[in-house]
Amino acid sequence: MEQFAPVKRKDGQPVRYLVVDDSVFARNNLARMIESFGGQVAGEAGDGCTAITEYDRTSPDIVLMDITMPQMEGIEAAERIVRSHPNARIVMVSSVGYQDNIVAALQRGARHFVQKPVKPEVLYEVIKYVLGEDASVASAAGAGA
Amino acid sequence: MRMELIQPFINAADAVLADSLQSPTSIGNFSMEEEGYRRRGVAALIAVSGDIEGRIIFDVDPKTAMRVASRMAGQELAESQELMCETVCELANQVIGNAITTLNDQGFHFRVHPPELHTSEHGDKSSEDTEALVMCIETCSGKVFMNVAMRYNSRRREERTAVAGQ
Repeated sequence: MEQFAPVKRKDGQPVRYLVVDDSVFARNNLARMIESFGGQVAGEAGDGCTAITEYDRTSPDIVLMDITMPQMEGIEAAERIVRSHPNARIVMVSSVGYQDNIVAALQRGARHFVQKPVKPEVLYEVIKYVLGEDASVASAAGAGA
Repeated sequence: MRMELIQPFINAADAVLADSLQSPTSIGNFSMEEEGYRRRGVAALIAVSGDIEGRIIFDVDPKTAMRVASRMAGQELAESQELMCETVCELANQVIGNAITTLNDQGFHFRVHPPELHTSEHGDKSSEDTEALVMCIETCSGKVFMNVAMRYNSRRREERTAVAGQ
């Protein structure tokens, strides 16, 4: 997989991600992308209920959240997390990307939406945008340092 | 079954498979399934409900499933039944999610349910209401079969028309 200039937190530590998807295969693919961005997987969840408890446990910098999941869907989980943690940065990652769904996710507190199949370069740009000034990108020369 | 319901699935399968496998695909044979559904390999079923209801089955032989998994992961993966099932479910989820996106943006409102492994050898025989269309998508990793059986939910549509008219 292509390597990207690492995105770091302001304190120089790797960005910590919570990956929420009912598919282990999808979670593994996202984990590989996170690694290529210089990030770290802080936790994983396969449904919305577990995502809420994992968020409380791991306090990630960013959540990558699927929408269609058993027990509790991603949009409801996002809403509940943002209700308790207003600064939570949640990016919805779903194959179901129709307008009503995107609007509903954003209205309930998600910061962005990425449609599956996920292109690493698209997710990378979204991560940088959502983290904004709370992150810095190492120069390409310093990427391996 | 009407083509306006089918075309988004064909387009989505073509686009998602080509994108995921980084290789062009071609749509092979189409057929209406007159006999009951017969599973070919690892199969995932996704149900849809709302203005349109029905189900879509994604069916891939085990060797193809492993080749697809490795290509999607960008590395050679060790063969496992669990990985094959996960791959087919996720592929189905992505193709069907993309098709549903198009149909929703065209004004049909319905939701897609999480994929389930379809383990029966045979399925229900299609009826006039829910004819099944089987299509074969040829990829660099092998053949992928998609079996689509859907119908308009006329009651839902009438209810929505009535509400809109109030």
